[in-house]
Amino acid sequence: MSSVLVVMEQRAGRIARIGWEALAAGQRMGSQLGLPVSAAIVGAQTESLAAEIATRPIDKVVCVEHPLLAHYTADGFTLALQQLIQTKTPAYVVLPHTYQVRDYAPALAARLGQVLIGDVVAIADGPVFTRQLLQGRLNGNYRHSGSGPCFVSVQAGAFRAEIPETGARPAEMIPFAPTIEPNQIRTTPGEPFRGSAQTVDLGSAQLIVSVGRGIKEAENIPLVQDLAKALGAELAASRPICDNCWLPLERQVGSSGQTVSPKLYLAVGISGAIQHLVGMKGSQCVVAINKDPDAPIFEVADYGIVGDLFEVIPALTEAVKAARQ
Amino acid sequence: MKIVVAIKQVPERDAQVRIDAAAKWIDETGLQYALNESDAYALEEALQLKEKHGGEVIVVSAGPERVGTTIREALAKGADRAIAIDCNDLGARDALGVAKLLAAAIKPENPDLVLTGLQSEDLGLGQTGVIVAELLGLPHATLILHVEKTEAGLRVKRELEEGWFQTIELPTPAALTIQSGGNKLRYATLMGIKRAKTKEVRQLAAADLGVDSAPVVLLEQVTLPRKQKSTQILPGTAKEAAAALVEKLKFEARVL
Repeated sequence: MSSVLVVMEQRAGRIARIGWEALAAGQRMGSQLGLPVSAAIVGAQTESLAAEIATRPIDKVVCVEHPLLAHYTADGFTLALQQLIQTKTPAYVVLPHTYQVRDYAPALAARLGQVLIGDVVAIADGPVFTRQLLQGRLNGNYRHSGSGPCFVSVQAGAFRAEIPETGARPAEMIPFAPTIEPNQIRTTPGEPFRGSAQTVDLGSAQLIVSVGRGIKEAENIPLVQDLAKALGAELAASRPICDNCWLPLERQVGSSGQTVSPKLYLAVGISGAIQHLVGMKGSQCVVAINKDPDAPIFEVADYGIVGDLFEVIPALTEAVKAARQ
Repeated sequence: MKIVVAIKQVPERDAQVRIDAAAKWIDETGLQYALNESDAYALEEALQLKEKHGGEVIVVSAGPERVGTTIREALAKGADRAIAIDCNDLGARDALGVAKLLAAAIKPENPDLVLTGLQSEDLGLGQTGVIVAELLGLPHATLILHVEKTEAGLRVKRELEEGWFQTIELPTPAALTIQSGGNKLRYATLMGIKRAKTKEVRQLAAADLGVDSAPVVLLEQVTLPRKQKSTQILPGTAKEAAAALVEKLKFEARVL
């Protein structure tokens, strides 16, 4: 039967927030297309998580269980979901766009002769799926053609899942036992570990000055350090700065670094690729200083200065000092 | 170790992009191109593995004639030889279609390791490496920062979200997608640039690889993103704009 299947994701024994967002996107598609919505949870023991999902107003929750699914592996998840999809034949498969989904969903789709439409930020009638291109400078509208399920993964924060709707009665929970042999799992995953001791908690900072590629060289970092000092702000950075070791990794903001929500986020020479924006878009007030008026950072900024940061930053440091006196 | 690195040529990061007349892609006139950043890190990882363990590094890239300059750059940095898949309709193919081209070119090489960057800077699909692994029947791991050769195969460091990492062991042959930042990138030396001119670049025509090019997923239209906030742009000289900004932050946004 034609349906929308949402694959939930667990993190440390709980449903990841982005999993609920994927469910919200799936529910919206279900009502747009007039299709029933099911959710699937994959693991060795899924009952308590499935019971939580079953409170939502959806049709069914499928518990995809196997002892070999206790830890995530691309091989295990691909096999399990391939079998589930071939059995249930959903028209749409909706996933959260997480590192885990990026690791297996392209292979899962390819195995079924399909292509994942990944990192989707909006779904319009059709359905037409919007995803970002060129580091967020442009949007692309995509359509699925041909037979077979359409695979879609949704970007964190793109679909709201804040109000937990509950159904009139719990959704039906059904078990699904995939066939997996130990030798089909070719990778051996280790336990997750933290990179280094976090001594900087950007998450609780009220004022943040964040620096990106526009600073050009390590020698120019003191320029933004001076501004941060004048403001009494924490210094943060986008990924390329930490990749180059110009600032320590613990000051990185974005999907692979910290998530921040200060009163003021002042982005200096940061273009605003989505990987960065997901880490700071909860900020109360965003200021962008960039020489490129088309930089995507301006899309989320409250105030902007289009100009050469090597002129603007020293002037701003002076203006802040003067105002503070 | 025989390593194939799949690389992509993408518009230069600072390039001004305009939507083309048909609103299907960007206007490519006068665009400058560069090697995709995470692919540069994949190449660097391959070159370092070769320096430690010996072997051969082969780069493969699909695209129109202009891709040749990016291939030469990879050869100048130290790759031993290259395979260029001549393909003028790369944009009309979906992730599976492109991966099929690459897999068909890689397969006869029987490499121990296939590396590529985790995603391209233009389409940003982040799928090519994973699909190539699937098509070649190889185990894979993504978002890899460090690769170590072991008795049994490989031990790799995978990036997870929010500052977490994970070690994964996998047998070879295998495919990995490389995250940027794991190594320091090298520059091509003068000697390298000279040598690159004599290195083999095998030309393959996409049509001869015998892969189906009909896409499952179509990019129908390219648009400008809608602004999420209305941004007040502060005009004037650097000094004027800076003073205006401090005023705004103090009295309007009240965050100072």
